[in-house]
Amino acid sequence: MPEPVLDAVVVGAGPAGAAAALALARAGRSVVMVERGPFPGSKNVYGGVIYARILDEVVPSWWEEVPAERWVVRRSTMVVDGDRSLAIDYRTPTWGEAPYNGMTAIRAEFDRWLASKATDAGARLVTSTVATGLLRDERGAICGVRTDRPDGDLRARVVVACDGVNSFLAKEAGIHPKADAAHHTLGVKEVRSLDPDRIDERFGVPRDHGVDIEILGCTRGIPGGGFLYTNRDTVSIGVVVSLTGLAAAGVRPEELVADVREHPSVAPLLAGSELVEYAAHLIPEGGYDTMPELVTDGMVVAGDAAAMTLAAGIWLEGVNFAIGSGLAAGRAVDAALRADDTSAAGLARYRRELESSFVLADHKRFRKAPSLVLSDRVQQRYPGLVCDLVEGLFTVNNPEPKPGGASFALSVARRNGVRLRELAADAWRAARIFG
Amino acid sequence: MSAAPASEQPGDGHRRPEVSFETRMATVEFRVGSRPHITVDGDTCRGCTTKACVHACPANLFAPTADGGILFNYEQCFECGTCYMICNHEGAITWTYPDGGHGVVFRRG
Repeated sequence: MPEPVLDAVVVGAGPAGAAAALALARAGRSVVMVERGPFPGSKNVYGGVIYARILDEVVPSWWEEVPAERWVVRRSTMVVDGDRSLAIDYRTPTWGEAPYNGMTAIRAEFDRWLASKATDAGARLVTSTVATGLLRDERGAICGVRTDRPDGDLRARVVVACDGVNSFLAKEAGIHPKADAAHHTLGVKEVRSLDPDRIDERFGVPRDHGVDIEILGCTRGIPGGGFLYTNRDTVSIGVVVSLTGLAAAGVRPEELVADVREHPSVAPLLAGSELVEYAAHLIPEGGYDTMPELVTDGMVVAGDAAAMTLAAGIWLEGVNFAIGSGLAAGRAVDAALRADDTSAAGLARYRRELESSFVLADHKRFRKAPSLVLSDRVQQRYPGLVCDLVEGLFTVNNPEPKPGGASFALSVARRNGVRLRELAADAWRAARIFG
Repeated sequence: MSAAPASEQPGDGHRRPEVSFETRMATVEFRVGSRPHITVDGDTCRGCTTKACVHACPANLFAPTADGGILFNYEQCFECGTCYMICNHEGAITWTYPDGGHGVVFRRG
């Protein structure tokens, strides 16, 4: 007897996969999520904040049940040069009230929670199972996945590939390059235990509220940056660096984390903390211009597998894009099943829906941001330039008078190897990208 | 666990690591499978001058050998993919996922 064919198999039970499975299950479709880890989130690492308003489409008043660590009410951007730093620190109590803005979370808890929404709606979750390859029908269209279980073929009318940054399914389908170091970054993170009272005091927030600090100029000239954010009784600290830059520099990743941890502006915040988990994960940071085809005959791709992390300098987001793309994928697959056309043409509505939502609109708008943010001047020269400017402004050298405006600025720029022409060009570029 | 030793300032060139690398990796849960999910082509590695995997692997799984090859260990792998992405000899590092349920388990990722 031939085994029954599912409407859809979703590979990966992270935020994209759980959202896709949820949308499909709600539409009454038979759907199985295949997760290679022992539980959803067990293979996942992120770098700071989940901006969760997209969850309005999942559960009303989601904030009453989501496993948030702290609601982020302080967003700080720090520029570091040597042992100096300049921080722009924004705080607002508004972000600490429903429906909130961003939260810190533990992915093992968050991803499990989101996947439970899909299973509650009728999706099946199969853990500890790797989708090892694609099944194709006689016309070459994808019609399911092979798994590493005995007799583990799962036949489905559509495969939803939410198998993460290394997406072997997208590689096998020919829509991902086999290896693309130039458009990926490596995130390395330490989670450090710290008494919640100390976190509240040091970061100046009440118990449920937290802080996210992004740091530029702390990665020894390797394109990237550092981060620090507060959980309930831990703080997470780490760096995100370009893979090609890391390979060329020959520095070990944990050394870069140590640089951030021991920086005089950071170390006092962490005093007495202890390492409780070390982690590393790749991030697809190429942006819109490096995104793969999102559909092929019998398959759609969402989340990190579709390079949907927004790494646009001052904006660093990913989980929201994974959820948004997963929901859209689930809806598009349901529509394609209804129309009985699961070819690439039948699934094309997925891309159209993403283009009109934040998922591709934000990516398209900031498509040139990664190259500016990771450029040599932004990474290596501007941190020193801004620190020199601020130091010059606020160092009182009496009986010397204060340094003069334009000539002072010029000399600081020169000292940091920046030409005014370049500064103007970058300012114009930034205005066009972010404006 | 004892309190962390006082850290020294960066850039002094003699920085004592806060904890040993072994202790660092001992904070991570690994459910080690019997099948190595990484394989390395020794001949190709012996001809490689950069050996970027040695420095870049966050779990420090790749070690150069006296004869110019690479010794590797798959057991404490974060499954990040850095090694095969930065390898400049296509096919030298073959990397797949560990079998289902095995490998790294992040508890606080």
